[in-house]
Amino acid sequence: MTYFWFNLALFFELLATGGLIVFLIKQQKQVFRYSYRILLAGFIFHTIFLITHYYSLGTAPVLDLKSALSFFSWSIICAYLVFQLKFKLMVLGSFVAPFAAFLMIISSAMPWFEGPVKPVFKSLWLTVHVGTVFMGNGLFAIAFLAAIMYLIQEYQIKHKQFGSFYKRLPSLATLDSINYHSLLYGFPFLTVGMITGSIYAQYALGTYWQWDPKEVWSLITWLFYAALLHERLAVGWRGRRAAIMSIICFCVLIFTFVGASLFLGGYHSFSSLGAR
Amino acid sequence: MVKIVNIGMNHETAPVELRECLAMESDSISKALDSMRELDCIREGLFLSTCNRVEALFITDSAAEAKRSIISLMSKIGNIPEEELISILYTYEDSDAIRHILRVASSLDSMVVGEPQILGQIKDAYVQATLEKTSGVIINRLMHRAFHAAKRVKTETEICEAAVSISYSAVEMAKKIFHVLDGKKVLLIGAGEMAELAAKHLIAQGVSSMVVANRTFDRAVQVAELFDARPVSFEEIGPQLADVDIVLASTASPEYVVTHSQVKNAFRKRRNRPLFFIDIAVPRDIQPEVNKLENVYVYDIDDLKGVIELNKTQRQQEAIKAERIVQEEVLKFEKWLKTLAVVPTIVSLKDKVEAIIQAELKKSYSSFAELAPDQKETIQALMRSVAEKIINDPILYLKRKAERPTLNTYLDVTRNLFNLDQDGLGKNHPDFQRSSRLP
Repeated sequence: MTYFWFNLALFFELLATGGLIVFLIKQQKQVFRYSYRILLAGFIFHTIFLITHYYSLGTAPVLDLKSALSFFSWSIICAYLVFQLKFKLMVLGSFVAPFAAFLMIISSAMPWFEGPVKPVFKSLWLTVHVGTVFMGNGLFAIAFLAAIMYLIQEYQIKHKQFGSFYKRLPSLATLDSINYHSLLYGFPFLTVGMITGSIYAQYALGTYWQWDPKEVWSLITWLFYAALLHERLAVGWRGRRAAIMSIICFCVLIFTFVGASLFLGGYHSFSSLGAR
Repeated sequence: MVKIVNIGMNHETAPVELRECLAMESDSISKALDSMRELDCIREGLFLSTCNRVEALFITDSAAEAKRSIISLMSKIGNIPEEELISILYTYEDSDAIRHILRVASSLDSMVVGEPQILGQIKDAYVQATLEKTSGVIINRLMHRAFHAAKRVKTETEICEAAVSISYSAVEMAKKIFHVLDGKKVLLIGAGEMAELAAKHLIAQGVSSMVVANRTFDRAVQVAELFDARPVSFEEIGPQLADVDIVLASTASPEYVVTHSQVKNAFRKRRNRPLFFIDIAVPRDIQPEVNKLENVYVYDIDDLKGVIELNKTQRQQEAIKAERIVQEEVLKFEKWLKTLAVVPTIVSLKDKVEAIIQAELKKSYSSFAELAPDQKETIQALMRSVAEKIINDPILYLKRKAERPTLNTYLDVTRNLFNLDQDGLGKNHPDFQRSSRLP
């Protein structure tokens, strides 16, 4: 039944992605409205999937890359839906949904993780740690996409070369504001996620910090985002420079998320999470 | 034979200096209309003067003479020698004139195709012509056709929707940068018609405050009063750059008014807030290198035209549609114009019938004496309706033949058949004032 919800969520999210791409090309509001509802339905199914999966595993479903990607995808859509309420920026969906759907497709191609879960993972701390980190990641993904949109639009305005995106993308101020706000809200989530992770490590492993590769890279990511936020707030960075920096930050984040887990070993790696 | 003639110049045929010479205030237009009215060769006339065009539209029986008089009138008003004037004027006649005026009203002939101001300007010109009583049946009808065509072009095509004039596209560009202009500050450097128009657009979009700088401070004070703005001296431009969001420059200065280093210095204080330069001056006021600075966007007049071009290419299809609408309206008007030739005959015919009815009623008056008033009325109505039914088919027949080259034969036959030319009731004289009876 769990897999059924996953497939349903995947199907609806792909459908919504298709619709939002059509909207990007055709610019018909009707198309957006339907796609948005489909995406919302996909999100609800995705949530049901996560809940059922949570109960069947007895812990947050993030122990393998497949589940982690699906959870990442969910948190991006969640962040987008919240932003949609505030900014009502339809075109953002045309960028977010393909990204989220891309993660879901990779996730769906991977085999399901079967078997019992180590008792040490059955902790509320894990759920809180992973939930906050991923919420932060979702918001940073929005910041990243907004930064890409900003750079496209800024290039067109600066160089006076107006491509087909010129009309479709919103103003620079809007994109910069989305980038700023997702950074501003994402950073506390990441911070709380790292603190709770450290507390959880104290409970589970007996030490707050043990220079695990993922821990180190998380700290590097955190420092990158902290630097960006500092430059934005204190120095007044904005626009192009902030956009480029938030893209770099996101690349570091993705490396931490995928690279450090897959290639660098340590207790955070999926192979060690799976080996119970 | 009556002719519709249009003589004028626009942004394509005449350089701005000459257009300026002829650009007229409304009271000098009424003087022009006055002299037009005094010309015997001109039956109806209208004068249109905007910053991009000067046009005289008139109806005449002797085209050559009328054209000469109008050209000498224009040369007198603009103080331009006639030979020079003739080289920049275009002349359209009949269908071409009709099409031209319809295209002008629909903003298809504008420098920025689809800009909305021209329709208002042409309406004003028409109102003035009606007030001066220089417009008549043909111009009335033609102008209403033109307004109708403009309205159709506006509603049936998307030609007017996007950025339409330079000032408008500057505002659009500002919105693409700042999203909303509420609370933004504008620095206006120099003044001119275009800059003032752009400033008005910006204020309409919610720009909160404006600062005006001018080489002569007095002028800055004058312009500032216009916009409820604050005047500053030319030397204060540098410090102001740290504060404002949009700079609108249009001075006649031969060298740059705002330089790269000035803007660079201002940016330390700006904390990277974006700054948008709209440079509508020729030669340019803003050093082009300024655009290389981060978060600074410089748009000169050519760039803004580029923005307009962008919309223009998107509207190519719409333009074809618009031209088709104009052509349809031209044909409709021409059809009406041709029926005008039939009007005198129809009027004579109706007059004759009315005369016969009155004469016959008078003859039988004595025998009606005993009848009740309502019975008398019934008899009169009966007579009139019989008479109208009889002439109805010939009238319709004539109207149908109005577009035929052999129309004159049909008119002659009709006049002879009904004997319209001998009893003095219907003189063969084209009385256009009476054509209002035409349904």
